[in-house]
Amino acid sequence: MLLDLQGISLSFGGVQALDDVSLSVPSGAIKAVIGPNGAGKTTLFNLVSGFLQPQEGRIFFKGEEIQGQPAHVLAARGIGRTFQLVQLFDHMTVLENVMVGCHRRGRAGLLAGALRLPWTFPEEKDIRRWAWEALEFVGLTNRAHHFAAVLPLGLKRLLEIARALAAQPTILLLDEPASGLDAVETERLRDMILALRDQGITILLVEHDMSLTMDVAEEIAVLNYGRLIADGPPRAIQKHPEVIAAYLGTDWQA
Amino acid sequence: MGDALGEGFIRRLFNRWTLFAAMAALVAVVLENNYYLSLLNFIGIHAILVVGLNLLMGYGGQISLGHAAFFGLGAYTSGILTASYGVNPWLALIAGLIVCGIAAFLIGVPALKLHGYYLAMATLGFGIIVYIVLNEALPWTGGPSGLSGIPSLSLGGLKLDTPWRLYFLIWLTVWAILLISANLVDSRTGRALRALHDSEAAARSLGVDTARLKLQVFIWSALYASLAGSLYAHTLNFVAPASFGFMFSIKLVTMVVLGGMASIWGSLLGAAVLTVLPELLAVFHDYETIVFGAILMVVMIFLPRGLVRGILDLRELRKYKREGVR
Ligand SMILES: Nc1ncnc2c1ncn2[C@@H]1O[C@H](COP(=O)(O)OP(=O)(O)OP(=O)(O)O)[C@@H](O)[C@H]1O
Ligand SMILES: [Mg+2]
Repeated sequence: MLLDLQGISLSFGGVQALDDVSLSVPSGAIKAVIGPNGAGKTTLFNLVSGFLQPQEGRIFFKGEEIQGQPAHVLAARGIGRTFQLVQLFDHMTVLENVMVGCHRRGRAGLLAGALRLPWTFPEEKDIRRWAWEALEFVGLTNRAHHFAAVLPLGLKRLLEIARALAAQPTILLLDEPASGLDAVETERLRDMILALRDQGITILLVEHDMSLTMDVAEEIAVLNYGRLIADGPPRAIQKHPEVIAAYLGTDWQA
Repeated sequence: MGDALGEGFIRRLFNRWTLFAAMAALVAVVLENNYYLSLLNFIGIHAILVVGLNLLMGYGGQISLGHAAFFGLGAYTSGILTASYGVNPWLALIAGLIVCGIAAFLIGVPALKLHGYYLAMATLGFGIIVYIVLNEALPWTGGPSGLSGIPSLSLGGLKLDTPWRLYFLIWLTVWAILLISANLVDSRTGRALRALHDSEAAARSLGVDTARLKLQVFIWSALYASLAGSLYAHTLNFVAPASFGFMFSIKLVTMVVLGGMASIWGSLLGAAVLTVLPELLAVFHDYETIVFGAILMVVMIFLPRGLVRGILDLRELRKYKREGVR
């Protein structure tokens, strides 16, 4: 197991956002987490990526316990993520956004950068090249020199993915990547997620678009009011009575 | 890419940095008047302060309301060590940098761990404490009436004791500071800094140690202030606490905002305008606080991106009107 959550609980004041949740993500898989609004999906992502700490339970990544470690350390160890509400660097260009994604792949510090020490030049060139490659992957090179703020939402989501990829994650957490995308863009996103899996990147996906989710996910975990009510392959999830009652409705019965 | 070697070289030779240096040199040749030269010297000293504060505020999004205190610490470290202890001024300048670096570290570590406006509060408090110490520590600082007898800097036997000679030192320093600041903004660390300003969460999710970065930039900007302070002490040959109070910190913030947040060249303009205007207009003397407050307010409301960007925006707007919006 690449990622393993054991008995995770977290409450915000009176709200039990996660209640004794255990789930695991096999290496190289595409796993989805679904559930109604407020079920605790984003909270789960925040725990895994180090933005929140669990009150109970343990999280293992690559076999090591990681809870208590700050977000930037976990990022460096291979946990990448996007945000439900897109978080771009609005005043920077599209290319610069992705270059920040390469932060951990460079070494030049404040002084070296200010003095433009000769050894920083090749590094800077590499970062530029890596960032360009990530933009090529999502098809945004023609926007490279636009400010991130002016992109339409669909492209912003793609940029966020490119930026996360530039950090070379082992696992990528995607929080509702299809929300705000039209049909064509969603189709492209689907291909992209599959391509990433083929490159060996493990994907953990939160998504309300069920046709996309059922299509790409190998395993689906279902949260409801902070509790894990089901975890298994899409076929089993579609037939699960509690899941149908809580979230899917009857449309998805196979 | 791929252009002829010679052409590339010539183009590189005529960039904004060589033009700026050439213009600054030309000014020195043309201007012989000591009054204007020393006014330019003060603009230069202020520009160093404002660029540093802009890196912290405009680029990094962290507010310091006590930058005058770092300026003062640099000035007094240089002043006391050279006037009272006969230390070599260049060594004293380095001592000032060390003192300010340590002070910024001590304030920054706790304040930057907390979120929001704690740095603004902590630096505000620090500014007040430094101001009180400068006034009260009579045996060292000379108290409210100041410290005199600060020697001039000298370079290879040449004493830098006229505005004309100081002009070269100060503007060479300004040139270097602007250059390294522009480099910084466009470097790996500079990108991380701008990123942290726009979304701290996203920056962290990409592996940027934002707490450490904020601390680094805070110290870096304090070092600029210390350098400016040492130059100031050796330019005036005299320092008094009144130059380093809360009002001056606010003036520096106003210069940043007027010139333009996150604009290196804007910092130079902001420093120039707000150094020259008080010399020309008497209202600045009589109603200093009100005038600076008003400038701060008006700029924030009507030119939120500062003078440089604001003027560029206006030009753009005129162009659009002429060509019709597409
Ligand atoms: N920082 C916070 N402070 C207080 N309550 C929070 C916080 N973050 C989340 N919550 C609460 O925890 C619960 C779970 O929220 P979460 O954002 O994880 O849901 P979600 O499954 O991502 O929902 P959605 O599908 O709407 O994105 C909600 O009741 C929410 O109001
Ligand atoms: Mg959510």
